[in-house]
Amino acid sequence: MLNASLKQLAAQLLEKKISSVELTEVFLKHIKTLNPELNAFITINEEMSFAQAQVADKMIASGQTHPLTGIPVAQKDIFCAKGWLTTCGSKMLSNFISPYDATVIERFNQVGAVNIGKTNMDEFAMGSSNETSYYGPVKNPWDPLAVPGGSSGGSACAVAARMAPAATATDTGGSIRQPAALCGISGIKPTYGLVSRYGMIAFASSLDQGGPMAKSAEDLALLLNVMIGFDARDSTSLQREPEDYARDLDKPLEQLRIGLPKEYFAQGVSQDVANAVEAAIAEFRKLGATTVEISLPNTQLSIPVYYVLAPAEASSNLSRFDGVRYGYRASDYTDLEDMYKKTRAQGFGAEVKRRILIGTYVLSHGYYDAYYLQAQKLRRLIASDFTEAFKQCDVIMGPTSPAVAFNLGEKSGDPLQMYLSDIYTSAANLAGLPAMSIPVGLGDKNRPVGLHIVGNYFREAQMLNIAHQYQQVTDWHLRAPARLPEA
Amino acid sequence: MQWEIVIGLEIHAQLSTRSKIFSGASTAYGAQPNTQACGIDIALPGVLPVLNYSAVERAIKFGLAVGATINSPSIFARKNYFYPDLPKGYQISQFELPVVQGGHINIQVEDIEKTIRLTRAHLEEDAGKSLHEDFHGMSGIDLNRAGTPLLEIVSEPDMRSSAEAAAYAKALHTLVRWIGICDGNMQEGSFRCDANVSVRPHGTEKLGTRCEIKNLNSFRFLEKAIDFEARRQIEILEDGGNIRQETRLYDANRDETRTMRSKEEAHDYRYFPDPDLLPLNISKEWIEQVKAMLPELPEARHNRYIEDFGLSGYDANVLTATREIADYFENTVKQLPAQAKLCANWIMGEVSGRLNKENIEITHCPVSPAQLAELLARISDGTISGKSAKDVFDSMWQGEHGSSADAIIAAKGLKQISDDNEIEKLIDEVLAANPQQVADYRSGKEKAFNSLVGQVMKVTKGKANPAQVNTILKKKLLE
Repeated sequence: MLNASLKQLAAQLLEKKISSVELTEVFLKHIKTLNPELNAFITINEEMSFAQAQVADKMIASGQTHPLTGIPVAQKDIFCAKGWLTTCGSKMLSNFISPYDATVIERFNQVGAVNIGKTNMDEFAMGSSNETSYYGPVKNPWDPLAVPGGSSGGSACAVAARMAPAATATDTGGSIRQPAALCGISGIKPTYGLVSRYGMIAFASSLDQGGPMAKSAEDLALLLNVMIGFDARDSTSLQREPEDYARDLDKPLEQLRIGLPKEYFAQGVSQDVANAVEAAIAEFRKLGATTVEISLPNTQLSIPVYYVLAPAEASSNLSRFDGVRYGYRASDYTDLEDMYKKTRAQGFGAEVKRRILIGTYVLSHGYYDAYYLQAQKLRRLIASDFTEAFKQCDVIMGPTSPAVAFNLGEKSGDPLQMYLSDIYTSAANLAGLPAMSIPVGLGDKNRPVGLHIVGNYFREAQMLNIAHQYQQVTDWHLRAPARLPEA
Repeated sequence: MQWEIVIGLEIHAQLSTRSKIFSGASTAYGAQPNTQACGIDIALPGVLPVLNYSAVERAIKFGLAVGATINSPSIFARKNYFYPDLPKGYQISQFELPVVQGGHINIQVEDIEKTIRLTRAHLEEDAGKSLHEDFHGMSGIDLNRAGTPLLEIVSEPDMRSSAEAAAYAKALHTLVRWIGICDGNMQEGSFRCDANVSVRPHGTEKLGTRCEIKNLNSFRFLEKAIDFEARRQIEILEDGGNIRQETRLYDANRDETRTMRSKEEAHDYRYFPDPDLLPLNISKEWIEQVKAMLPELPEARHNRYIEDFGLSGYDANVLTATREIADYFENTVKQLPAQAKLCANWIMGEVSGRLNKENIEITHCPVSPAQLAELLARISDGTISGKSAKDVFDSMWQGEHGSSADAIIAAKGLKQISDDNEIEKLIDEVLAANPQQVADYRSGKEKAFNSLVGQVMKVTKGKANPAQVNTILKKKLLE
């Protein structure tokens, strides 16, 4: 049951071999067993999960079903869910019960999916290791010494450890793909504007994009069918004809042209990762795809550009956390300014403060042109690299992360090293392109390796097709961490 | 030394939309605190702004009315600062590319016409209100006003006296109400002025260091604050001092301005384009549609009243003070095209006086333009005298006889005696009864004439047509 695909779970529910309440119980029990060690969830609320499962069972009984009806989904704690503690991994929101549902949550509720719990994350999604969470680090289920990646480390861990069949996540610079890679699961960040950001606590608005995490590309397709859709409450939401993201899963790959950016295979990639990625690409050739070397000449700019723009937006987005209306407020203060200072000094962690400082600096009078404006120009340059590349190929492949999961504490003292974890992923956010990671092997210390697939705008169905075809002939996506106890 | 005062104004006009600029909450004034603030207005985590296009439409209307350029795209930007009544920690405004650029307003001060250029007008959201009383040493925050749409209208430093500044502010105040984008209620803060004031030696080009005076919520305070501030700056300069660039607050009770914050204390607002909102594109078609909705503007009507109706500049000014007065005038004069001056006099006199006295808006005037026209027609055709017309008007105001002038004239018997024969007969009677006065007049005592007129009026209870009485009486006395 824990290893079943979404399709298999849906079939069991539909055939009434198991009820949603029973399924929910199975996963909650597994969470209770594993979560104390792995710390993937910030909030478990059995009562609310079961209430949803009961609604789902009624829907199934009355024949109103959707492929996700009755299926437990873990929700990243960045999505506001009515009646649920919604912390965004921060002390600042450690007492915030959301009075409303994010659009993503609403869409899952509408199809009768069950919120199985809110997952741990780097504070305000700022981090690549899940170590910046106020609720403590998440452990990598493949090796408790290793980080799960971040910022969606809790969601990645939950899926990898089979505590949930699927999870939501968000990706600002790689926060879906990097933890998916480090935890050996599949995750996709759709084209910017496809998944509504309403109710998704903002980190960097022009880069943030929600997306799903699951064991397989097929599961991701079913999840995208729920998550994607126009939302009038988000002005950056794109109005498009609804698509079935599972429609092309079974297409053969004969015509596929894979672009391999020479910059992604240059120095910096560890050998184990390079080997696994090359083996995966060999598999694609066997499936009929051709490869072509391409160039993304501005690749090295993506990290500096990202670390100007994302903090700039974040510094403004996080201003609302001032202790005035909700959330944490310092208890001893002398006046308004003192209240602001103490609340924010105590409520935010070190990484969040660092980024607020960077962001405030680059937007300041006299520095704006040199940093923010310059970064915006380079952002367009990075995007045009991809436009050029897609004239030569259908998708771009490379490693998701330069190395397998590092150890807890290994990079937390060195922010620059940590930022380099996103070297391959952040460009897709800057360009707004869809990108995904799928497991393609085990590297050093038996830690998973992820393959990064970047598609052209709105080519999610094609990317899922490519990943699914690979997963039809390999079994990396089926492997669960061996050390975990069975439920 | 002769000093020249240089003034530019920034005016915040609250746009009269039903809902807020980025949320669906109501903008109605006066509700219980925080009952008109939704999740977006209080900046819950995760909420996003969605632009209210009615606010944009009003900005376009304004731009067209002042002959400005409508920028497309224009960009919404975040103005970042911390204050408890600013829930997001930033105000969504426009910075580099405002929706309205350029334009001008014509003003008139002591019969001299002058054009004031506009720099720009941009859309932004209002903040909430901090309440510092009744909270036992704490402050209360009311976010009902947070997110209310504003159009900030910025002028060039083209004004040279407080009178010009007030004339400009009044012209703008008339215009925004005229085109229906702002209710202009200054008490409720729907129309707020900030003034940038500097002085320089007469005949020099270089602008002096300016001070910004905040929150002038009446035209009178605007004038007084500018006068005070100009005097203050001149005194400093004449004493050999320098003006510090700063923001000052006008204290109406003490009639002075005082420092609010210096340039050094000024915020660095860290403006940047709001990534939650797309660039605002305004199509040519939309601009054309708005243009078609635009009413005839006050200046055009003003000129038309002078040219078509032969009214004085003063009369035309008064009658175009608001669109409602102008409409009332036009609806009256439509019935009585040859008597525009009579219509104007009555509307500016009796009608306005009575409305003011009873504090009624002209749109709720108990006497309709058609009814007024009926009354004025009776004056012009000699049926009643101007004096009894006032009595008739009073009855119409009270709604007597369905406010019909003719019915009231008939019921009260106010119809003038205009029949020459009848008047002659009456005069004969009066002359016969007053031989002494007749003799006095004929012996050169002019005064006796008035006494005889008075006798005629007395006999007729004032109903005799005075002009006719005069003519006939003179004729008779010369016989």
